[in-house]
Amino acid sequence: MRVHDGALRAFADEVGGTGPVAVEGARTRWCLGGELRPGTRGVRAPVGIIEHRPEEMTVRVRAGTPVDELHEELAAAGQRTGLPRRGGTVGGALAVGEDDVCVLGRGRVRDALLQVRYVSAEGEIVTGGGPTVKNVTGYDLPRLLVGSLGTLGLLGEVTLRTNPIPAVSRWYRAEGADPFRARDVLYRPSAVLFDGTASWVLCEGHADDVEAARRALVCTPEVGGRWEECGDAPALPPHRWSFRPADLRRLDREPLGAFVASVGTGTVFASRTAPARPLPPALAALSARVKREFDPGGRLNPGRAVDPAAA
Amino acid sequence: MRRTVIGDPIVAALSAVLGHDRVRDDAAERALLSHDASVFAGGAAGPVCFPRTTEEVQAIVRIAAAHGRAVVARGAGTGLAGGAIPLGAPVVVVTTKMNRILEVDVDNRIAWVEPGVVNLDLSKHLRPLGFHFAPDPSSQQACTIGGNVATNSGGPHCLAYGVTTQHVVALDVVLPDGDVVRLGGLDAEPAGYDLRGAFVGGEGTLGIATRIAVRLTKNPPAVRTLLLAYDAIEGAATTVGRVIAAGIVPAAMEVMDRGITVAVENFVHAGYPVDAAAVLLVEVDGPEAGTARDAERIAGIGVANGATSVRTAADEEERALLWRGRKTAFGAVAQLAPSYYLHDTVVPRAALPRVLRAIYEIAERHGLLVVNVFHAGDGNLHPLLLFDGRERGALERVHAAGREIVEISLASGGVLSGEHGIGVEKRDFMPLQFGAADLDHQNRLRRAFDPACRANPGKVLPSGHSCADIQALERVPAGVWG
Repeated sequence: MRVHDGALRAFADEVGGTGPVAVEGARTRWCLGGELRPGTRGVRAPVGIIEHRPEEMTVRVRAGTPVDELHEELAAAGQRTGLPRRGGTVGGALAVGEDDVCVLGRGRVRDALLQVRYVSAEGEIVTGGGPTVKNVTGYDLPRLLVGSLGTLGLLGEVTLRTNPIPAVSRWYRAEGADPFRARDVLYRPSAVLFDGTASWVLCEGHADDVEAARRALVCTPEVGGRWEECGDAPALPPHRWSFRPADLRRLDREPLGAFVASVGTGTVFASRTAPARPLPPALAALSARVKREFDPGGRLNPGRAVDPAAA
Repeated sequence: MRRTVIGDPIVAALSAVLGHDRVRDDAAERALLSHDASVFAGGAAGPVCFPRTTEEVQAIVRIAAAHGRAVVARGAGTGLAGGAIPLGAPVVVVTTKMNRILEVDVDNRIAWVEPGVVNLDLSKHLRPLGFHFAPDPSSQQACTIGGNVATNSGGPHCLAYGVTTQHVVALDVVLPDGDVVRLGGLDAEPAGYDLRGAFVGGEGTLGIATRIAVRLTKNPPAVRTLLLAYDAIEGAATTVGRVIAAGIVPAAMEVMDRGITVAVENFVHAGYPVDAAAVLLVEVDGPEAGTARDAERIAGIGVANGATSVRTAADEEERALLWRGRKTAFGAVAQLAPSYYLHDTVVPRAALPRVLRAIYEIAERHGLLVVNVFHAGDGNLHPLLLFDGRERGALERVHAAGREIVEISLASGGVLSGEHGIGVEKRDFMPLQFGAADLDHQNRLRRAFDPACRANPGKVLPSGHSCADIQALERVPAGVWG
């Protein structure tokens, strides 16, 4: 019989098995997926880092832990995760599933979650995935939970994959450059951003390789622009639009307002809200079956849904 | 006595869609497709279909549903966990005629492929464009992308690049009720649950992928390949953990023990040191400076942990030779014994030395020879238990030893499978890793995709869960056999 962490056990008891319940992190994305039904009881996931094992590239952490606190602890051992650096809690970041703006270098959130312990609609602790960096045992519940907005289970404790922090990280900026060419001439930039006039590139790795990447930007005529080192990424507008990477070449800027586009991924950070994206009928039906199986009584985060048509 | 087929009633309906030449119902074909590359027997194939399009797969699935029959998809049949073995005479959907690379879209960094495309053929096709498909299982010359999706395949290079799910962007899937859905998408953040992520690794129990958008990985500008020799396998295993702890994530770190090294050297003459207790094959790739520095540091860490020699491939030819040794290891085993059983568990890297010692001890106690060739970088063990199937009781001893290897792996904080999947092989071991509530939730996911239990029943989840009632599966439907 598995012995669960006491804090996780207490969280499960608090969630219980009846009545509408919502988990609250730092409320950084509180209104995603629709507004919570009034009268829903709020609970908080437990906090604290349980164990960081740098040589295994894993960290076991309770879901209520602030992402900043986690990253601070990992950085002391030269590591980081794919969770976005935008405040909030570990559980919140996973439930929302948004990638960091430097996702090309840091990896996707959905690929960072190795093992998940969540509290089910019945109030039971459920474990999905495994604690090792490689695992294909059974169905992939961790990936199902990432981005599910707490509608299938309430995250209590997770094991995340960590990665080494590169020796050198440098942002470069240029006006009037071609960010698509910039992406093509670099081997694996950690980010390529574009706001309609200026471009930003994040190069990471060995100092000599970062310098070689800078030279490639400066010396490739097709890239253009005057590249200079800058301190950080540009400020990102709050709303996320999702495009195919190639669509960014022909972006209709009018509906976006001010924007920063992530070249190579297709995410556009815009000042205007993105339109709702209802699922096609067959996919909506499948998603509804998933929701019914995991939360037959609809008690987990009621009012929220990943399909706006079902909210 | 040979059983003969008399008029399975579903065959006429399937033939009306596919034509007679693409529905096979003869005893020889059925017998052939009752097995995969695993040692598991007991499969029974129903009619065997060779569709060419999504619409044909959809028609097959609907006909099967109308006849109350299950459907099992199959690629090249290289699976080692019995995932493609048909149980209860289902309709077998062979994807090998769906083998076109439909589109290479460099701007979106993806390729749309059909499930029957062979893994290595895709990477060969992409190479002139400067890209490849990262998952590279040892069977990559034969295995299909559809099979890679079903088992969430890995391979040596998934240490740095990740397993198949990290390289699948979108899938068109025929659900077990015949609906066709697109899971995932080419855009950055597809709407809805990550059902793409849930589907990959579903071992054919959640539907049949008919079109797959895979991510293109840029070929690295620089590569260094090192072969380190050790006089004790623990030194190789310790080096692996120390390299990761030093902040280096190589593209691949593979360990081969003496038994397999000698066999490989006889087979490919790669210049592997046959007097070493173990060799560690390490590859680092990426930009030039970091790659060169990492290679130097790895050599240093190796020597500090007992490496007696370090050989660095001087050119592409030597690199290919070193890899040929690793990739043909399973073929080379034929010199050692008529049969082998290849296991697949994962343990934390720190536990590798201890678990390896335990594996040798377990094999010896069961009177079996064992050789180890494995993805040490991510703790993914692959003990090969060697045996002669003609010897009475040999397979039973292999299974008994296998169970102990699974138990020691789990007790060390590991998992049941790193890349082969569960299939029928480890179905009944699932309760060793998961509790009742955990398995119940996996079953809920399966049920959401396949409420009527039509897709590859009898796999992944142990008896007691939906679609896992093996007793019923062993009954062949009326009218199928004469």
